[in-house]
Amino acid sequence: MSLLHLAILLPFIAAVIVPFLFKGFRSIHTGWFVLLVPLALFIYFIQYMPVTSSGQTVSQTFEWIPSLGINFTAYVDGLGLLFALLITGIGSLVVLYSIYYLAKEKEALHNFYVYLLMFMGAMLGVVLSDNMIVLYMFWEFTSISSFLLIGYWYDKERSRYGAQKSMLITVFGGLSMLGGIVLLYIMSGTFSIRELIGMSGELMADPLFLFAMILILLGAFTKSAQFPFHVWLPDAMEAPTPVSAYLHSATMVKAGIYLVARMSPVFAESGLWLWLVAGFGIFTLFWGSFNAVKQTDLKGILAFSTVSQLGLIMSLLGLGAAALHFDTLDENMYMTATIAAVFHLINHATFKGSLFMMAGIVDHETGTRDIRKLGGLVNLMPITFTIAIIGSFSMAGLPPFNGFLSKEMFLTGMISVFELDLFNLNTWGILFPVLAWVASVFTFIYSIMLVFKTFLGKPQFDQLPKKPHEAPIGMLISPLILVTLVVVFGFFPNLLSNTMIKPAVEAILPSLPAAGQEVYVDIYFWHGFKPELFMTLGIILTGTLMYATLAKWQGIYNRIPERFTINGVYDRGLDGSESGSFKLNEFFMTGYMRSYLIYIFAFFVAILLSTLTVSDAFVIDTSNLAEIRIYEVVLAIVLIAGAITILFAKSRLTSIVLLGVVGYSVALFFVFFRAPDLALTQLVIETVSVALFLLCFYHLPEISRKEERMKFKMGNAVISILVGLTVTLIGIASFSNGQIFEFESISQYHIDNVYELAAGGNMVNVILVDFRGFDTLFEICVLGIAALGIYAMVNFRGVRREKR
Amino acid sequence: MKNKPNDLILQTVTTMISFIIILFSIHLFFAGHYTPGGGFIGGLMTSAALVLLLLAYDIKTLNTILPFNFRMMTAAGLLISVLTGAGALLFNQPFLTHAYDYFELPLLGKTSLHTAVLFDIGVYLVVIGVTMTIIQTIGESE
Amino acid sequence: MEILMSIVVGILFMSAVYLILSKSLLRIIIGTGLLSHGAHLLLLTMSGLKTGAAPVLTDGVESYTDPLPQALVLTAIVISFGVTAFFLVLAYRTYQELGTDNMEEMKGNDSND
Repeated sequence: MSLLHLAILLPFIAAVIVPFLFKGFRSIHTGWFVLLVPLALFIYFIQYMPVTSSGQTVSQTFEWIPSLGINFTAYVDGLGLLFALLITGIGSLVVLYSIYYLAKEKEALHNFYVYLLMFMGAMLGVVLSDNMIVLYMFWEFTSISSFLLIGYWYDKERSRYGAQKSMLITVFGGLSMLGGIVLLYIMSGTFSIRELIGMSGELMADPLFLFAMILILLGAFTKSAQFPFHVWLPDAMEAPTPVSAYLHSATMVKAGIYLVARMSPVFAESGLWLWLVAGFGIFTLFWGSFNAVKQTDLKGILAFSTVSQLGLIMSLLGLGAAALHFDTLDENMYMTATIAAVFHLINHATFKGSLFMMAGIVDHETGTRDIRKLGGLVNLMPITFTIAIIGSFSMAGLPPFNGFLSKEMFLTGMISVFELDLFNLNTWGILFPVLAWVASVFTFIYSIMLVFKTFLGKPQFDQLPKKPHEAPIGMLISPLILVTLVVVFGFFPNLLSNTMIKPAVEAILPSLPAAGQEVYVDIYFWHGFKPELFMTLGIILTGTLMYATLAKWQGIYNRIPERFTINGVYDRGLDGSESGSFKLNEFFMTGYMRSYLIYIFAFFVAILLSTLTVSDAFVIDTSNLAEIRIYEVVLAIVLIAGAITILFAKSRLTSIVLLGVVGYSVALFFVFFRAPDLALTQLVIETVSVALFLLCFYHLPEISRKEERMKFKMGNAVISILVGLTVTLIGIASFSNGQIFEFESISQYHIDNVYELAAGGNMVNVILVDFRGFDTLFEICVLGIAALGIYAMVNFRGVRREKR
Repeated sequence: MKNKPNDLILQTVTTMISFIIILFSIHLFFAGHYTPGGGFIGGLMTSAALVLLLLAYDIKTLNTILPFNFRMMTAAGLLISVLTGAGALLFNQPFLTHAYDYFELPLLGKTSLHTAVLFDIGVYLVVIGVTMTIIQTIGESE
Repeated sequence: MEILMSIVVGILFMSAVYLILSKSLLRIIIGTGLLSHGAHLLLLTMSGLKTGAAPVLTDGVESYTDPLPQALVLTAIVISFGVTAFFLVLAYRTYQELGTDNMEEMKGNDSND
């Protein structure tokens, strides 16, 4: 357990303390305590920057389940550190923002911050784990905490719907990913990502490779809201805005991006990886931006914009991974793509974070996020307006902000797909730059919408639930810091290039620096009169034109009927599975205990008999049978007679007497079988049991069998005869097999050591109290539980009635 | 038991017999390590004696003769067993490892003392506690 | 002997299952009692019967019967006592609350929580 591990676990530890702080210090907003955690972690992780930027990595192993190859290996390299800094950096800003967003008097802050800290720790675990199983565990933790945060205002129906949706989709992806991880383990015998990367060549040849790849990608695509799994993200906007800013734009949804980047070296030698990642990415980019334009909710626009931007990063990663596929690093093409991916990742976190916070401020101060009601806020909220305009211009890819730089690099990458004829398919290859361009136009439109419809245009304050005014300064600090970064990274992008981007790119494409190929990052504004520049100009012109004529063509969005949207499919699938499973349940869950018992016995007979026949296990070995004495036969007959007459007993007293006959016969058998302890126990137990039965008779009615029909009896008889037969066969077969194969009894050890190790003579008792003391301990626990249960059943009977 | 029958003979005999049974059960309990017997059988035998008393008299009489809280007895037995097991941890041994040694005791001479007996006392108490809790609970409920 | 015992065990199981499938609560409890008797005998039978002296250390005796199944059965006897007691009380409390001991009438329905 090193400091690094503690750093990952610190948020979890803090999460345990937070509720007490909330209860103990009512007057101080709990957020102030929480703020210390990401802040401390951010400072801690900054210290790793010199290490990773010089190309080194740090790895600390803490053994967890070594026998299964599962170790908590914390591994810091350029990529992991980049994410860790994003998580803690944006995390600090979000916590600061939330202090002003969530009122301490009204909200269940302890819940909120526990979930948030849980998420923070889980996310750090995802990006800093080398072991896939540990990564998976943290991965699911992020899904769960996201579920809890979306459902934070659980009394709202939409919150619950959104929470359930995100949970179902991301956990489906998570489980697929687990399948992929297991397949990788079957192929390679290791859970370590670094070892997997070393074996990527061998893995390619394995027939399971394809399945593993698709399953892992399912995990990444669901988490990063790629088409068609993006449907959960817009509904996740029911979460409090700080959560949307944190989880659903800057960090959690990027876990999928992280996974793709991390796994690229393992999978990217296969050409299909490029196709899938780049293809899904570019289509998501288009689909998200296209749908963003029709939204009327500020956060809805931002949600679809996040979907589309994630698609952009994804497509860039797909293209960049081509470097591994072709084993060369063409500076124009693959490198630009990967650098652009990393760069845009950072940029997106800054501008989208600030935009979400802006949306939260607008919502907080006006009471609505509907752009049809908003307008003309510029005079009332000048600072918020500034934040909005910088953020959305950066998102639209306008100079001089950082979004412009990465968007430009993105276009370079997309054009070269076409020029380089990367996928050997001229006809399809051209789709990449075309879709990229169209998507950028839509991006431009919704970015403009975001600012203009909210802050400019005709004021209609009478429609707002609240009287709008500028937000308190505390709420503005975080978005202001973020937009400052937008501007700073816009003017001085090379601040990042060697410290953050280069180590991350080297981590995504590890084989290339190893082969002596230098990763060279230099980002600059002016590219000359290249096609990218004309494309940007075209985007601005077309975008402005289309924005002006928005009302005329907006109708196309209503052309798609609700039934055929992905949301419609999801809803109907959910309803269908619910009613389907209900019907299935109704079919066999009759509510009668007898039906369930019949299932159990039927399966018992079917499985045991089929096993006996299939494995040819039924043999009779008569060579070593114990001899039969005449009194044993008599006793057997008494026992059988007793057992069968119980079936026909008319009164309860007869039944009990007969049960006693059977019990005492069994005790006698124990005597014959040389089991004195058993015989004694059985005798006493039988006596006490009869007393117990007699006591209970006082409360129970006489046996009534009038209602039993012939059919009922016959059915029961058939089942019981089958069960009896099965047990007889099993008894004979297992005894005979034991004799034929001469299995050695494990109890020889007990017999040999009973005196030396336990200083005892009675082996049964020594086994009970010494050799297998655990069994006995649990047994007396069970007895205690039974006694408590009986006591509770009899003595606490009034409780339920009183409640009513 | 509204019209109480006159079962003087039963009661007198029971008092004597149950005393003998209890003595026998204690013997069984201690002898269990070497000859048939042990915590389970000893405990059950003791409870059988108590049940006999219960049948001869009634539940109230039994409660006045033996004013134990049998649920507490169950808990105490469990605790003794767990603590005996946990005691091994103090000596850096796995849970439930037993130890024994031979001692010279006054009156008894050379005797082997065994921590397994402590464990068995726990079992003994649990068995009595459980059986009596069950019987008492059912007997008392109306 | 083992084959005879297997048949005895089979018959015990048969009666037990028949009783468990019937409607009366009391018969079901008696059935579970029979079932545990059957299981105990089955455990002993499978390991071979009377293969030596009783498993108590005695001078001059070389072979003992297998003590492990006996220990298992001892545990099982005591547990089955606990289970029977629990069932009995469950049955009579059910009878007190619901006024029936007929399993067919105890079908839960949706209005009942």
